Amino acid sequence: MANSSGIVNSFKIELMQALHSLGPGTNSPARTVSVPDVVKGALYLTSGSLSPSTTTVYSATSEVANSGSYTAGGSTITQANVPTLFSSTGTWNPTANLVWTTFTATAFDTLLVYNSSQGNRAIELCNFGSQTIVAGTFTLTMPAAGAATSLIQLT
Amino acid sequence: MIETLIGPMDEADLEKVEGGIDNENEHTTWVEYYYEGELVRRDAHVTLKHGMVAGAIAGDIGDWYGQ
Repeated sequence: MANSSGIVNSFKIELMQALHSLGPGTNSPARTVSVPDVVKGALYLTSGSLSPSTTTVYSATSEVANSGSYTAGGSTITQANVPTLFSSTGTWNPTANLVWTTFTATAFDTLLVYNSSQGNRAIELCNFGSQTIVAGTFTLTMPAAGAATSLIQLT
Repeated sequence: MIETLIGPMDEADLEKVEGGIDNENEHTTWVEYYYEGELVRRDAHVTLKHGMVAGAIAGDIGDWYGQ
């Protein structure tokens, strides 16, 4: 089995059901004004089977083991920017890197972005080349904001 | 001093190897430290070049009179 990447299908539906609130927005009813959901990023092994069609929530299956500053569930993703429209593409882009230190993990290649405020609902899977870290630092830098580059692009 | 698999070590006592990969999906740089031929530390920095796209398409409201 292998991981695949993409906006998870369940998120596309849940977005329209207002089950996600990204960024310091003010247009989500029945929520605390200007308080976005907490979005987190977790790392997964290359041996996992995560995919946009089957992944609906965060799961510890195939997640990298606790090590150094990495703990189960991963880390909170900083999101100081509101979702932004570039031409006709709605986008959302985190504002800070994810960094884990004193970390050891072998052969991981996927970041699961999920909403920990809303039942750990999955949002997105991002693949990258398989990485191995030994007693060191893993830094994952987010892409630049833009119609074709932001972490989430809704066309 | 840097932290390694075998504890804090003087970087001057280690063999340092650096490398990187650049493709359409990401730019990655890595640094490895060896002590007596054994890998004792590896750092990596992955920069994603783009995120994921979801497309939304509105369906047509058809003329049901002809159905």
